[in-house]
Amino acid sequence: MLNLTQKTIRSVELKESLFKKLLVLSGLVVVFLMSGLFLTLFTKSLLSISHSGFSFLTSSTWDPVKETYGALPFLLGTLITSILALLISLPFSAALSIFIGEYLKEGFWTTVLNSSIDLLAGIPSVIFGFWGLFVVVPIIRKIELFLGIIPHGVGILSSSIILALMIIPYSASISREVISLVPQDIKEAALSLGATPFEMVTKVILPYAKSGIFAGFLMSFGRAISETMAVTMLIGNSNKIPSSIFSPANTLSSVIANEFAEAAEAEYLSSLIELALVLFFVTAFFSLVGRFIIKKWMVNA
Amino acid sequence: MIYDASIRYRLLKDRLFKISLGVLSCILLMPLLFILYYIFINGITAFSFDFFLELPKPVGEAGGGISNAIVGTLLLIAVASTISIPFGVLIGLYLSENKTGKLPDITRLCIDTLQGIPSIVMGIIAYTWIVIPLGSFSLFSGAFALSLMMIPLISKSTEETLNLIPDALKEAAYALGAPYHTTLLRVIIPSGKSGLCSGILLGVARVSGETAPLLFTAFGNPFMSVDLFKSVNSLPLLIFNYATSPYQDWQNLAWGASLLLVLFVLSLSLIAKVVSKR
Repeated sequence: MLNLTQKTIRSVELKESLFKKLLVLSGLVVVFLMSGLFLTLFTKSLLSISHSGFSFLTSSTWDPVKETYGALPFLLGTLITSILALLISLPFSAALSIFIGEYLKEGFWTTVLNSSIDLLAGIPSVIFGFWGLFVVVPIIRKIELFLGIIPHGVGILSSSIILALMIIPYSASISREVISLVPQDIKEAALSLGATPFEMVTKVILPYAKSGIFAGFLMSFGRAISETMAVTMLIGNSNKIPSSIFSPANTLSSVIANEFAEAAEAEYLSSLIELALVLFFVTAFFSLVGRFIIKKWMVNA
Repeated sequence: MIYDASIRYRLLKDRLFKISLGVLSCILLMPLLFILYYIFINGITAFSFDFFLELPKPVGEAGGGISNAIVGTLLLIAVASTISIPFGVLIGLYLSENKTGKLPDITRLCIDTLQGIPSIVMGIIAYTWIVIPLGSFSLFSGAFALSLMMIPLISKSTEETLNLIPDALKEAAYALGAPYHTTLLRVIIPSGKSGLCSGILLGVARVSGETAPLLFTAFGNPFMSVDLFKSVNSLPLLIFNYATSPYQDWQNLAWGASLLLVLFVLSLSLIAKVVSKR
């Protein structure tokens, strides 16, 4: 009888320790997955790194036929579209987050605005691109005709507008959360000193939430850089350095999306994977720094 | 008198600020409503029995449907969920059980990084890890790329949900003599069930519209295919290919597919919301 109980206890203990090991294993697998991912990108770009060297990042010619691979036009294209998208989205997402966070805390219009943000966040990227092709591009083309520029329609401006629409829900929801974490007592203190709500927002909430909001913008910027499909459909695929915001260009991700399937030569493929490596570093940088700042801010808040 | 003027000025500024916030928010609503309206109007005309039951027809022939893309999308989601749900939940469990420590912190950092990786890079990874060794584009490689994106989403939502469960529950289970695994699997996970389900549903909703990771993995296929190791079509891929084609018939199919996809994604997030409120 005693023996049997001991046996059961032992088997339970065995199961317990196995389960604990399984949990640790799952954590380890993530670490391996992540390192494997990075190593794969790195080893597959080695060929391109030895072929192009540092000129990969500084040369402005991308010509697979002549085996010259310079990613500068794509780096610039990515930067310009993302910065422009951030600038377009800035007033809207700021207004939205202050409006919902401070002025309209509940009620019909808050529900409408909140569910619209959720709806906007739920529309797949490829559908934004499709809609952009049929609605935004013709409008841009008219503007270009009016201004007397070559009417491409597709280009940096078209993709930035769609990109802005896509990152607004993301950045608005981060800043809304940050604003909601500002302590109630300092807001009330400002109001009781006779400040108008406008003064409370600009002189108390925004200074207090500054670094959190900044982190939100960094993360939205990372989002904009990593966005692929809508941009691929709207950017116009030109491998030259863009001369204006109307000109067609290419971003890191759109080049990969367009050319990866047709890259037959080893060096061509490796150069595209090096683009992915660069993209990986840039987006990881922005999202990790953003997360770090926001975590630190939340601890202090 | 002077006081009155300055106060009136400040109140005016406040009023203007509030109005401009409202105006900006409403301006934002317009393109959104317009996108939904545009998708609905263009998509609804494509809906018919054939649309759901037939295969795409060659250019020039009227009619045809997208049944292969519908089946493909469902299969991709099913396989990706099979890979990522158990895995994601286990990681979430591990992280909520070990709040401090070196390995949990590193794991958390890896999850955060994984979540920030552009979807197209996931496609490249699935291409080099699965498509090249197996020698062909396949449903499996596409599902793998999608599951790489789902794992961080599911594990984070699991961790957040389980962190909210009071320790008293766990202590009660221990006090009754329940072993560690029984406590976690029979007490902790069931009490976080609704949060887990809504996290999983949101994860599925998030990846079901993804196109970029499928470009060089699932690749697309004009025929019906349910083979795990053959290329397969999916709604987002079909939208991308047909939207950029010059043919009116194909663009109409793409609008129909867009409406279907938006309805699918939105109803998933709606269900997730209802589930999490319980």
